Amino acid sequence: MLSYILRRLLATIPVLVIVAVLVFLMLRLTPGDPAAVIAGDNATTEQIALIRNRLGLDQPILAQFAIWAGNLLQGNLGESFFFKKPIGELIMGRVEPTLSLAFATMLIAVCVAIPLGVLAAYKHGSWIDRIVMGFSVLGFSVPVFVIGYALIYIFAITLGWFPVQGYQPLSGGFGGFLQRLVLPAVTLSVIYIALIARMTRASVLEVLSEDYIRTARAKGQVERKILFRHALKNAAVPIVTVVGIGIALLIGGVVVTESVFAIPGLGRLTVDAVLARDYPTIQAVILLFSGVYVGINLLIDLAYSLFDPRIRY
Amino acid sequence: MMSRWTIVAAAAALLAGSSLAQAQTTLKVVMHSDVKIVDPIWTTAYIVRNHGYMIYDTLFALDGKGEIKPQMVDGFTESPDKLTYKFTLRDGLLWHDGKPVTAEDCVASIKRWGAKDPIGLKLMTFVDSMSADDAKSFTIKLKSPTGLLLFGLAKPSSNVPFMMPKRVAETDPNTQISEFIGSGPFVLKTDEWKPGDKIVYTKFKDYKPRAEPASGLAGGKVAKLDRVEWLAVADQQQAVNALLAGEIDMIEQPAYDLIPLLKDDKSITLTNYNPLGLQYTMRPNHTQKPFDNPKVRQALFYALNQKDFLDATVGNPEYYKICKSLFVCGTPLASEKGMEGLLESNFEKSKALLKEAGYDGTPIVLLHSTDLQVLTNLGPVAKQLLERGGFKVDMQSSDWQTVVSRRVRKEPVDKGGWNLMQTSWVSADILNPVMTGFLNSSCDKAAFGWPCDEQMEKLRDDFARETDPAKQKAIAEAVQMRQREVVTHVHLGQYYVPIATRSNVTGILSAAAPVFWNIEKK
Repeated sequence: MLSYILRRLLATIPVLVIVAVLVFLMLRLTPGDPAAVIAGDNATTEQIALIRNRLGLDQPILAQFAIWAGNLLQGNLGESFFFKKPIGELIMGRVEPTLSLAFATMLIAVCVAIPLGVLAAYKHGSWIDRIVMGFSVLGFSVPVFVIGYALIYIFAITLGWFPVQGYQPLSGGFGGFLQRLVLPAVTLSVIYIALIARMTRASVLEVLSEDYIRTARAKGQVERKILFRHALKNAAVPIVTVVGIGIALLIGGVVVTESVFAIPGLGRLTVDAVLARDYPTIQAVILLFSGVYVGINLLIDLAYSLFDPRIRY
Repeated sequence: MMSRWTIVAAAAALLAGSSLAQAQTTLKVVMHSDVKIVDPIWTTAYIVRNHGYMIYDTLFALDGKGEIKPQMVDGFTESPDKLTYKFTLRDGLLWHDGKPVTAEDCVASIKRWGAKDPIGLKLMTFVDSMSADDAKSFTIKLKSPTGLLLFGLAKPSSNVPFMMPKRVAETDPNTQISEFIGSGPFVLKTDEWKPGDKIVYTKFKDYKPRAEPASGLAGGKVAKLDRVEWLAVADQQQAVNALLAGEIDMIEQPAYDLIPLLKDDKSITLTNYNPLGLQYTMRPNHTQKPFDNPKVRQALFYALNQKDFLDATVGNPEYYKICKSLFVCGTPLASEKGMEGLLESNFEKSKALLKEAGYDGTPIVLLHSTDLQVLTNLGPVAKQLLERGGFKVDMQSSDWQTVVSRRVRKEPVDKGGWNLMQTSWVSADILNPVMTGFLNSSCDKAAFGWPCDEQMEKLRDDFARETDPAKQKAIAEAVQMRQREVVTHVHLGQYYVPIATRSNVTGILSAAAPVFWNIEKK
């Protein structure tokens, strides 16, 4: 197992190198000039050239890459062109809101979706199954910002139960932290509830037709035990995969929800950096997201062996 | 062991403390953009200018009537030949670190501003020397008289000549400063500044305001708020929801389509704080065909009209003004001289000019920004009007930053260049021929679009040298007449954006930029 983990960790290095090179090249090849953005409307060509020089953007691409990669190897992600702050510090400031939102979302999604999926599979073909699947289709189909605005209108504006927008760090008090997290987490969880419930239903349904389930029933096991101990455990591998990928997606891609609820997370940092052509910041966050994806995929693979003892590394 | 009375006294003290803490007034504001950069000389971004007004002070400022008034300066003398100016600073001016503001700080700050700002750059061509005489006074000697000195030092919009400590002001003007200490009425809380979330300012308790009442950007800058938070809320609908719910106190620039929502709520007040507003502009690229031909550029003045642009972008006539004057209507240099028959969508005249110019129907590339609501609708209106005026238009849509990056490219159109782009200016940036960046016609040294006209440059120089307001006005009219021929740009109308506040927020000053002194929250 340890050697497998080590091999997988070593395998992340070429992945991250390829990502770094690709992101660096793509940014330089797409239209955009941070110096022109900074200089503003009045700037002369000469002033823009001077800013470009100060940012090191007038150097050959290879030289720029060498400087960036050299700094990266020393653990230095560089400094944002705009914020005048180290990128490591910028990212660290955004990690808590994003992780909080991701885990709250997944917690709600898992707690709601798995029982719903199991129930739908157990009551296969019944009205319960149809309601769960109908909700699932709806959850997939309605854009997240529509759900967000609807929840805000009902629970924040009309009922006044939750704030309209904003994020409060955990250090500012658990009550406020939770109060500001509920609406965005519920908003985001809808699509994951739909996804996980469908996946759970399909997996459990497949397992329920297996011989060992019939054997368990013949032995007189109670249905709850059959469903949650035998069926769900054996159906867990695809569910774990969906949950894991969901967490990875939530860490890197909740831009709309973060914008609608004014949550200063990594998604908004990425969008702001892209719109401003803040190359060092974009490179760092994309590299971070790649690392997160690779790491979560590794954890998913390791988790398989917990649910299915036949899987060995 | 503590006695019962000690415990009661301690509890009372705690309660008093907590009520004191509650008495702290905090204004929560959603500005038009997040503050990413905090050096108002390094960039011209208006949000950075607004930040500048929070923490820095200026030597002079324009009051509510547009007159130049001393601000950090206590008094100044002008030699009879108008070549030597001696300025004395007010008593009691302090930086936020507690050190006194000195004349050397001011000289260094003027030099840094003079190396970046269009007015500053022009002014520096007149300056012979600048030196500190003692801790509180400094002298500026000119090579020849100019009306730009006091006006420049009172310049209200980007780049504003904000005063910084000498050690900060000595930073290369093309490199961002890394220390954010000013002498203005608010202090930047660097430990609480989280880009993408919020920027926080607290009242500078040792700030010494002028005795005069606040007026425009001049007068006594009395901070009546203990704390101001600018929150980064990207979604306009959410900002309005938050204002209606009382979670925030102010939106600097609510979207026009959401204003009716705010108007319907009695707890909200809309204030048009900037009577000069903003101006839409179209810029042709003078280096590329067909706009290298003045007749083709002149056809723009005939094909376009302001009302269509303003209706499509602003909509409500309450918030726009059709103004043919090149220099903003309502300001001393405003005039419609020479503008007769222009900006009225005379398509036949436009077509005739294009024919005369030999325009061959090659499509012109119009850069269209899609992500800034205030600019988005300009492109389609321009395309339609220009096509009716005889042009063929290839409107290329992208995000604003791509437009910004592309407009500085001088390459031909088929290699990533461009022909036309549209933007908007804060009117306070275009009050006269020198400060209007788009009138700079010094070819390669001009801003993107690169107009090239010796006569226009001579007129701008004449304006810079002139100190008599009546003669300045005559020169400004001559510039407008010349502009009709050269067409450095086409102005597409003035518009205004009201500030939306909760009704318990009062004291918003009428000025060229949103400022937070004098504002009270009851």
